Amino acid sequence: MSDGQTPASPPALRPAGFFRQALRIAAKDLAIEWRSREVLATMTFLAVVVVLIFSFAFVLEGSRTPAPVVAGIIWIALVVSGTVGLARAFDRERDGEAIRSLLLTPAPRAAIYLGKLLATVALMAITEIALTALSGLLFSASMGAVLGRVALLLALGTIGFAAAGCIFSAALLRARGRDALLATLLYPIIVPIVIAGARGTTQLIDPIAPDFDGARFWTQFLFALDILFVTAGLWAFEPIVSGD
Amino acid sequence: MNDVGGAALRLSKVGKIYDGRRALADVSATFEAGRIAAVLGPNGAGKSTLLGILSTLIAPSAGEIRWGDERLGRGSALRARIGYVGHEPGLYGDLTATENLTLFASLYGVDDPAARAAALLGRVGLGDAPSDAPARTFSRGMTQRLALARALVHDPALLLFDEPASALDPAGADWLATELAAERAAGRVVVLVTHDLAAAAVADQVVILRRGRVVFDETRAGGFGVEAVRAAYESKTRDKTRDKRLEATGV
Repeated sequence: MSDGQTPASPPALRPAGFFRQALRIAAKDLAIEWRSREVLATMTFLAVVVVLIFSFAFVLEGSRTPAPVVAGIIWIALVVSGTVGLARAFDRERDGEAIRSLLLTPAPRAAIYLGKLLATVALMAITEIALTALSGLLFSASMGAVLGRVALLLALGTIGFAAAGCIFSAALLRARGRDALLATLLYPIIVPIVIAGARGTTQLIDPIAPDFDGARFWTQFLFALDILFVTAGLWAFEPIVSGD
Repeated sequence: MNDVGGAALRLSKVGKIYDGRRALADVSATFEAGRIAAVLGPNGAGKSTLLGILSTLIAPSAGEIRWGDERLGRGSALRARIGYVGHEPGLYGDLTATENLTLFASLYGVDDPAARAAALLGRVGLGDAPSDAPARTFSRGMTQRLALARALVHDPALLLFDEPASALDPAGADWLATELAAERAAGRVVVLVTHDLAAAAVADQVVILRRGRVVFDETRAGGFGVEAVRAAYESKTRDKTRDKRLEATGV
């Protein structure tokens, strides 16, 4: 045996559960990101830049920025920064062919997908905290009273966006120019999410006549889209990463 | 867990076609436990495709692989008994050696991932590696040691190597030969795909592929040795048409 070491005794194996494996993969991604902060820093920077650029165009002294404009800015910033995160979602799997080792484990492919999705949603959520706070500050948007509902809309929109994005990101794992391709393929798919999110946010933060019933409809619509995208992702991930 | 320890891996008329292009055709071979089988062949011979099929990452277009009494495929529980060491390490460069091993041990369902990681790091001679150094800072030799530890984390019964000696220095190549012998002694099925005839010298069985077909499959007790491997390789992969053409032109 090498270096005179005694051989390691065979391990006892106890198959890990689906969610435990998914959480393990998500925890791995977040641990790596916590150390490097590469992706999170880029996502947050982009989100802040988008909000600042729009603020120069729309913030007029002495007047309140219209709610639809604020909502649109928030969701555009979310999509732009989220795309950067998704483009990098599988980078660490590609480097050194770690994806091969991951696919060889008994972890179901759907658990791998769910793990990547959870990690992406977590990173986007952190970015969105900064994004929402900055938007509220710059546009004097009245979010305080409806923060919980806005957060729910953003969370549901983020899940749907990341669910669709993780699939495309995995499919483009070895593609050249995948950053450009990702946006080209992903944006047409996530248009309903952005429309629902922006409309719902507008109805919530309207300072004169907030429409909670309308916002509830868009929240439910986003929830339905989430179910659709997550189900499709869990089903499609296996053939996509297997190359079948 | 399925008990395939000691069972042979039998390939029967395995074929693979990519977009109308044949990569493998009618590949039949048997890889016994406790032996090292080296799969050789020129570029494009189908070696990597064969290894991909053995690892279940690539589905064959034809034929089947049986391991013991069971058919080996993507849906088979036997997948959990396969270890793979590629020319790429298959590791997360941003994680430390221990974190990499703990991660994969937990995904395989190893009872005590941390203890298993520590035992394997000692086993491959990385017990003294800096505990906080990311794997990407390791030398090529250290990375290959860690890649082997990762492949052994669940005590596989089938161990696949894809060009494991590429870019290893002579000391690293010696270490690899020792490890291959150790895995043979442990009773695993060991399949090694390589261009490096010297790395294949430790093999008991040599399979040579040419244009997707098996053109040589021989087992010798006690191993082949470099000269025998070279002789077999050259006789089976030489382009005779080209030789005749060169002979005719006086080259």
